[in-house]
Amino acid sequence: MHTKRIIPCLDVKDRKVVKGINFVGLKEVGDPVQLAKQYYEQGADELVFLDITATHEARDTMVDVVKQVAKEIFIPFTVGGGIRSLEDIQKMLHSGADKVSVNSAAIKDPNLIKEGALLFGSQCIVLAVDAKMRQDESGWNVFIHGGRIDTGLDLIDWVKQATDLGAGEILLTSMDADGTKKGFDIELCKAISKEVSVPVIASGGCGSLEHFKDVFKEEAADAALAASLFHYNELTISQIKTYLKDEGIPVRI
Amino acid sequence: MIAIIDYGMGNLYNVKNALDALGVDSIITSKKEDLEKADKLILPGVGAMQDCMLNLEKSGLKETIMNLVLHRKKPLLGICLGMQALFESSEENGHTKGFGFVKGNVIKMEDRNVRIPHIGWNDLQFVKDMSLKDKFSKAPFVYYVHSYYASDYDQEDLVAYSEYGNMKICGVIMHDHVMGCQFHPEKSAKDGLKILKYFVEEFV
Repeated sequence: MHTKRIIPCLDVKDRKVVKGINFVGLKEVGDPVQLAKQYYEQGADELVFLDITATHEARDTMVDVVKQVAKEIFIPFTVGGGIRSLEDIQKMLHSGADKVSVNSAAIKDPNLIKEGALLFGSQCIVLAVDAKMRQDESGWNVFIHGGRIDTGLDLIDWVKQATDLGAGEILLTSMDADGTKKGFDIELCKAISKEVSVPVIASGGCGSLEHFKDVFKEEAADAALAASLFHYNELTISQIKTYLKDEGIPVRI
Repeated sequence: MIAIIDYGMGNLYNVKNALDALGVDSIITSKKEDLEKADKLILPGVGAMQDCMLNLEKSGLKETIMNLVLHRKKPLLGICLGMQALFESSEENGHTKGFGFVKGNVIKMEDRNVRIPHIGWNDLQFVKDMSLKDKFSKAPFVYYVHSYYASDYDQEDLVAYSEYGNMKICGVIMHDHVMGCQFHPEKSAKDGLKILKYFVEEFV
């Protein structure tokens, strides 16, 4: 029985987990190692850490966080944010991360995906992508820099290219749904799931138990990611999993 | 002392972290002397089979491992790609020869109805009654990441499997003093740690 994954996401800045909308009005919500441990104990299937400071000093702080997390939790975790080179990938993997996610840097240089996958294996290269529907609603464009810049790239073209190059998973954030708490962007997730054979992680928009059920029942994604829901204890992982199990969705419980 | 064999493939640190959490002494090493001194060996690995066997051959570790396992009967645990290397051959990159400690071949996963690679948590069904099974009150969940899986193995050697699409994935295999896990026990939360503990404390 292959199960659907529930993944808490931790945005990390200056060694603290923070939360805000579009990087504005950041609030500290806790210590990354403590929170990681708490989510692990509650039954998280995986964790994602996004380093939202991009200076070199911050990078070293993140490496420390990754090393400590790897000693405390025994589930896979991904580190992303500011991964720009093969050295960055190697540093994170050697510190204990199981996967890295690449976003803007991979758009500037798609070879980062290819070389990263060749060197470390596809399984550890996650393509993180921020998508927003075009005004004419003909499809989605890829945005970078926290959603500030429209690359003009078509989402489906880019995701297909990235998986051909070796990306092993897609972390798909809907900018249209993010922050709305109205549910995952199922149309978007389905469009991508249909195009690629690698697993898709749905991100953005989740606000209730039903939203998890909807995205899984529709077979739109293999995993669902959320942040503030967990940080503010609006829902716990075990609560979500018990609910999903009762709804007939396979989960690890 | 457990030796975690370092041959340039994959994340060895997390196997060590898991053993540390269990309070088990271990060392990440590529030195022949360390492997000889160790009580048991762990062969981790992610990546492609061809690179795996090539690296083992180039470093001379293949011969050392063959000798320690076949003649000195040292217990060995292969994890993920390290498990695939225990079989006779793999069809990844054409045809790659494995150690041949366990009968069987590794083939590509094919099922249009499921996502490949197989990434995520799956439950493990035991086919053998043994002390490892008794450690779990219900089927344990383990974390898989792979696109190839074992076939043509001896049914006698199969300990536990997982179902994925129409495939029966060989999850745990044991033959004499050689054990393999297709999933990552070091990343399979408390259930995974129990499996590692079993290898360290009980596996012959």
